[in-house]
Parts: sequence; C-alpha cells; structure tokens
Amino acid sequence: MHDNEEFCISVEGISKIEGHASLDVKVKKGKVIDAKLRINENKRFNTLATIGKPALAVHQIVSRICGTCSVAHLLCCIKCVENALGFEPSKQTIKLRDLMLYGLNIRDHAMHLFFFSLPDIFGKDSVLDFADTGKEHDLLHKALAIKTAGNNLSVLIGGRAVHPPNILVGGFSKILTPDEAKKMVKELKSIRPFVLEFIDIFYKSDFEFITETTFIALRNDRFSYLEGDLISSDGTRIEENDLLEHLNKFVLPYSQAAGFSFKGKPYTVGALARMNLNKDALHPKTQVSAAKYLDVFPSDNMFHNNLAQAIEILHAIDSSIQSLEENEFKVESRPAIVPKKSHGIGVIEAPRGTLYYNLRIDDAGKIEWADLVIPTAQNQIKIDKDIGILVQQKLDKKMSRDKIPFELEKLIRAYDPCMSCATHFLKVNWKEE
Amino acid sequence: MAKKLRLGWFTLTCCEDNAIMFVELLNTHFFEWKKQIDFRYCKFLKSKNTFDEFDVALVEGAVSSEREKKRLLDIRSKTKYLVAVGSCAVNGRPSAQRNDFAPELKKVIKPFIKKWKLYDNVLSAKDVVKVDESVDGCPMNEEKFLQVLDKYLVEFKVK
Repeated sequence: MHDNEEFCISVEGISKIEGHASLDVKVKKGKVIDAKLRINENKRFNTLATIGKPALAVHQIVSRICGTCSVAHLLCCIKCVENALGFEPSKQTIKLRDLMLYGLNIRDHAMHLFFFSLPDIFGKDSVLDFADTGKEHDLLHKALAIKTAGNNLSVLIGGRAVHPPNILVGGFSKILTPDEAKKMVKELKSIRPFVLEFIDIFYKSDFEFITETTFIALRNDRFSYLEGDLISSDGTRIEENDLLEHLNKFVLPYSQAAGFSFKGKPYTVGALARMNLNKDALHPKTQVSAAKYLDVFPSDNMFHNNLAQAIEILHAIDSSIQSLEENEFKVESRPAIVPKKSHGIGVIEAPRGTLYYNLRIDDAGKIEWADLVIPTAQNQIKIDKDIGILVQQKLDKKMSRDKIPFELEKLIRAYDPCMSCATHFLKVNWKEE
Repeated sequence: MAKKLRLGWFTLTCCEDNAIMFVELLNTHFFEWKKQIDFRYCKFLKSKNTFDEFDVALVEGAVSSEREKKRLLDIRSKTKYLVAVGSCAVNGRPSAQRNDFAPELKKVIKPFIKKWKLYDNVLSAKDVVKVDESVDGCPMNEEKFLQVLDKYLVEFKVK
C-alpha cells in the first residue's frame, strides 16, 4: 500500500446483524477522510402509519417496526399511551411487563452474543462451523438452552416472543398459572450456571476498542428497563419528558435512518451505557456472582458491550426468579380506559438502548401525531466516527486491507445495531481511485 | 457425505420477525437441521454466503423497490422452489400499509420515495415471481413453516 494512494473500503450487506447495512470508508494519503454506515432498510413509514389509528390498538402496529425488538416497541408505546391518558397500571401489570422485558433481554442478547459475536471469539465464520464434539459443542448446547429459556419466558407472559398478543393498554389478557411460574423458575435456575460460563468467556476476550463518548441510560434503583430518569456519564439528569430538549436530530443523506447528537456530540446508548451508569442497581445475586466482572465497569471499551449484555442476562434471570417466586399472579379485571384528546411521552430501555415515544391523541381517541427516537439511530453518528478511527488505527499499524473489513464488522457487531429499527454483514470491495 | 437440502434465507422489506422466529426454532432444531440443511445463504447466521443454486429459497418481506424486484427475480432463477414466509411476502402487509395512506400522508412520504427510489405501491412476492408455497402470519405460523420445510426435506430425500 502506497502512502499517496486514494481508495475506498466499501462493505456491501453487512452480515450477522439485524437488518440491512453497508459501509463506505474513504482513505486519502493514508488518512481516513470519511466513514459512513449506510442503513439500507427500505423505509416502511411505520410512524406515519400510526396516524388515525386507535390509541388503544396502535401498539400492535408499532410492534411491526422490528421483529427483533417488537416487545420493546410495544411496551414503550403502551407506556406512552397510558401516560397520555393519565392511566396508572396495577403493580402486577408492572411486574409482568418487567418479566416480559427480562425475557426479551435474555433471548435478544443471547442471539447477539451466541450467534453473532461468539463465532468472532472462536475464530469461526458461524456457529454452524462449531465442532460437533467437545467444548464448542457443549457451549452451543448451553447457549441454546439459555435462548430457549428466554423464549419460554416471553411466551409464558406475552403469548409469543415476537409481536406478543397478551399485552394490552391497561394490563394483560392472559395470566400465567402458579404451576407455569414454578416450571419457569426451575428452567431459569438450570441455565444460571451456563450464563456465568459465558460471562467469563466475554470477560476474557481481548477484543478492545476504546471509544470516547457520553453514555446515556435510564436509571432507577432496581435496574428496571421500564422506568426512571435519564442520566448521562457527564453528570446530566434528564426527566423522560425532557429528553428531546437535549438531542439534535440529523438527516443523514446517505442513510435511510436519522442520526442524533447529545449536547452537540455523538453519544452511546445500550447495555454498556446501562452497566456503566447503573451497575450498583443490578439484582443483589447478580452483583455477588458477577462481582469480579463488574469491576470492569465503567468501561470505555466498546467490546465490553458484549460483557455487559451477558451480565444483563444474569440480572434478568435473577430478577425473574425472584418475581416468579414472590408473586402469585392473578387475573385482574381490566379497567375501562376511555381515550381522550391528550399528549404523552414514554421512555424505556430496549435491549439496544433508550427508546422514546411521543404521541398525540385526538378527540376521537386516534393517533394524531407521532415521534419516535430509536436506539440504533442514536448510536449511528458514534458508529460512523468509530469506524473511521478504527480504520485509521489499523492503517497506521500497517494491517493489510483484506483484514480490515473483518475488524470493522466485529466492532459494528459489538454495537449490536438493529437496522430494522434502524443488521446482516458485510462483503467488502476495495476500490482504487 | 449425506445429502443436504440447499437452502437460502432472503429478507426484503419487513421487520424480520420471521427470521427471529426461525432463530427461535433453532433452539430446538439446530443440531438436527445442521445435519440436514446446507445453509448456503443466511446472513443472520454466517458471513461467507454463496449465491448460486438452491433447492429452496425462503423469502420474507415485501417488494418495495426495483432493486428488490431484481433481487427476487434473481433468487427465483436460482432456486427450484420459492417459499413466501410471513405476511409481508405473502400479501405485502403490513409493509404495504402505505399503499392505503390518505393523500396528505402520501404527499409527506413522496420525497422519501423519490430519493430512495422506492415503488409508489409495495408488492407481495407473488406479484413479482411464481411462489410455490406460502407460510402466512405476522410473524409466520411456526407449525406451517415446519410442515413446509419437512415436505421439502422429504421431497429432496434428505429425510
């Protein structure tokens, strides 16, 4: 490679992520001059599709924004509608919604960690390439058992893991039985040791990319994904209603998704942000069992997002076991909710970060206006910046061009982007200019 | 080497709920399908994919641009059987909900349609190519999916 050479790295169709994305990096005289992650999902205009739809049913429409994160969209939308209508859900409903988000985080993090990231650690292209015997085979069995438990918990509470039908504005249409709760507890207890094994694997991984960023996440005293104020690593506390006052939205001409900045700078949301800002609120059992690993946080190594996700799986298991053992869930009469002209905001933590819904309801109880802020869109400007920095680091270390795309994919996978909300991986073409 | 079903999974315009359902089905079928299926093209499972010939192509998502239409025609030309998986591929919806937008909303999305060269109206898979089997549902009906997959595993003498 000559110093004066100008070239582009283009990665078409990034793999092992959720959705369609590609990547362009332009290099001139050995310096990266531009880096862009292009989100190529064809727009479906789901936000606009909510206009004119009944506020009490719109959660099933926004659930279709993303198959991966459908539960998060559904619950954030319901929280927003309930806030607009001044409705306070029952304590049991909050507990069941917590369980639904624990199920989502177990299965969604497990998919990302085991199917997308674990092959990178083992130097394999895919879990399909793992050996049919020995340690790799054993790990796969354990990984699938964890995924199964997350899926079973989601089905038990919501009726289905994807676009769950049992979750409604005001409550649930079906409640688990004590026997079902007991069976679920047994399954969750059986996979707990497996999760600790995977936490250790991601802890020992030597992948490193130091990122300079501000982290933002909801904070509360029990590491719930449903409530709290937003806090940032620069010490700012923001009530959920005020989030938009602190963000700037950007149209990215190269991407079908928007980008956001916080106080004029790129920022980062997701599991790493939550662990950096909230680790002291994790379930007490998680704090004891994962004490050694929690010392890593706060961390500015973006690959620790994987470790943070693995610890969140443990937290979700411990919290679910406690909730299922302590509570006897009963069928509750669902209150009559009458929609009215109103405006509401709802913020939750989706697996990939802070999710914001802002809805206006008209006199007829229909959605009049909607605005959503999606986790991957919030991370996009930071991902663009980090891609440029990583390529520069690798060029400075004289890494051969054919090895750089894999390094880029690894980093992008660590961010765990969701292109359906705003992933799949990349075939790289080097273009000489 | 035992015969395997040459399979491709392709995603067009949708929320990928069917891919997620498929990933959840792997919880219980992974080791069985690994023996029976040659996952030649499956971007959520592997980086090194092959786009040459398939016994069965599973397609989720609707067709919302000329690029996707060409892609679907290309997939059809390389596969013996094409299965539309999930509601968006089977009948276009919910991705095609924008076809019914009121005129004022259509005006709002027009600049995006133009900039990203999207179709004015979203199409289902059968609007573009011959579809051999359909697995409907949003997300896909798991039982029907397993029945269709099993049918092809038998037809291609894999089981």
